[in-house]
Amino acid sequence: MRSWLLAIALLAPTAAFAADGHPTLPASKVETGGDSLYVLDGKYTDQDGKAVTLAKFRGKPVLISMFYATCPHACPMLVSDVKRIESELDPALRKELQIVLVTFDPDRDTPDALSKLRDLHKVEKDRWTFLRTDPGTVRELAAVLGIRYRFTPDGAIGHSSVITLLDRDGAVAGRVEGVRQPADDIVRKLNAMKK
Amino acid sequence: MIERAAIAACCALACALSAPAVSMAAEAGPAPAASRAAGKKAGGMVAVGAGNHLPVYPPSPEEAVIPMKAFEIDRLPVTNGDYLAFVTKNPKWRRGQVPRLLADARYLQHWKGPLELGPDADPDAPVTRVSWFAAKAYCEAQGKHLPTENEWEYAAAASETSPDGRSDPAFTARLLGWYSRPTPKVLPKVGQGAPNHWGAQDMHGLVWEWVLDFGSTMVSSDSREDGDPDKMRFCGASAINAGDKEDYAAFMRYAFRSSLQGPYTVGNLGFRCAR
Repeated sequence: MRSWLLAIALLAPTAAFAADGHPTLPASKVETGGDSLYVLDGKYTDQDGKAVTLAKFRGKPVLISMFYATCPHACPMLVSDVKRIESELDPALRKELQIVLVTFDPDRDTPDALSKLRDLHKVEKDRWTFLRTDPGTVRELAAVLGIRYRFTPDGAIGHSSVITLLDRDGAVAGRVEGVRQPADDIVRKLNAMKK
Repeated sequence: MIERAAIAACCALACALSAPAVSMAAEAGPAPAASRAAGKKAGGMVAVGAGNHLPVYPPSPEEAVIPMKAFEIDRLPVTNGDYLAFVTKNPKWRRGQVPRLLADARYLQHWKGPLELGPDADPDAPVTRVSWFAAKAYCEAQGKHLPTENEWEYAAAASETSPDGRSDPAFTARLLGWYSRPTPKVLPKVGQGAPNHWGAQDMHGLVWEWVLDFGSTMVSSDSREDGDPDKMRFCGASAINAGDKEDYAAFMRYAFRSSLQGPYTVGNLGFRCAR
């Protein structure tokens, strides 16, 4: 049984972190070019209280990530990171791009809280969607996106920050791990998706 | 700086010495637990009483003692036979039907066919080569859930005679003895290990087991720890405060889990459910 030796060997590369002492966890690896995320049948509710599934975004390039509304540091940085990626995109592509942010914390992040958050960040309403779902689906999506998270006793959520690019079919096409990281690769891949 | 150097040394030493340490423990360890009558099916759960869980690697000082409510856990790991019944009923979880996103290419590879166990998968042996997604779906289909890491570790800390056997050198040496032995090609039947204090069997000595929040508790997430999140919990500052520095078996379990990804399937990684 050598699995645990492998485990120890693999620990180092998994340690990628966000800045600012925010509770963070390393992300895990995710293969690109695999299956579509749209095979997942989890039920979500958007910031307007409308029921949706992820497959709704089929046909468009998507940046998807996870956050929670009461998050003090990393999550606002996540929004600014997405805006930074957007700002470097070809305008025609940007018009198509969908941003999907799913909360870790469906208990506190009601549709109303999500709607307020969207207003707070002054984002384009037809392209930015804030979603909540049940705790089991949160775990499932986090596992698919290689995002690790845990609730801490003080009510915060330690989590890895990962922005994942989905192609028009919903397959993972690229990722940015950590906050304020270079996004050249994902910008290049996005621009290449221009029709 | 001294602390950081000490941490690095601790980490390097622990990682470098783990293998020989395990072999030595295996040689010195007692004979395996006496065989008990094999459970035919993994049906049946045992009650795990409320109490305080003392994680070996608390993720933060506030979590050194975790009050646990009473819960139930499967007495035995889920078997090939149990899992065959599940995939028979749920075609989307059959080998060949499951998207790679949810299970890698080795999913149930040792079964003869999608609905046939064959010679390498005894119906009473624990099912392995199942992904976290598959294990989670199985438990949910039974109205249960995959145990959380705390639930699993709390239930598994029990020896045959005590709810927490971790301070018993014979108990921990026996666990390490298993970790040092290679996994046989065909796994033995479940139910041959001695029941622990709660009545659960084979929590050690047969297969590793998935937990719901695998890999998420490895790292300190206490933002007050001077903002250096690079302190991995088991090789970092909190390892110095670890509940039991002798518990290499738990060290390996936490390390193994943290290396997993949801779609991974491994020949000696199975699961059981809780509720």
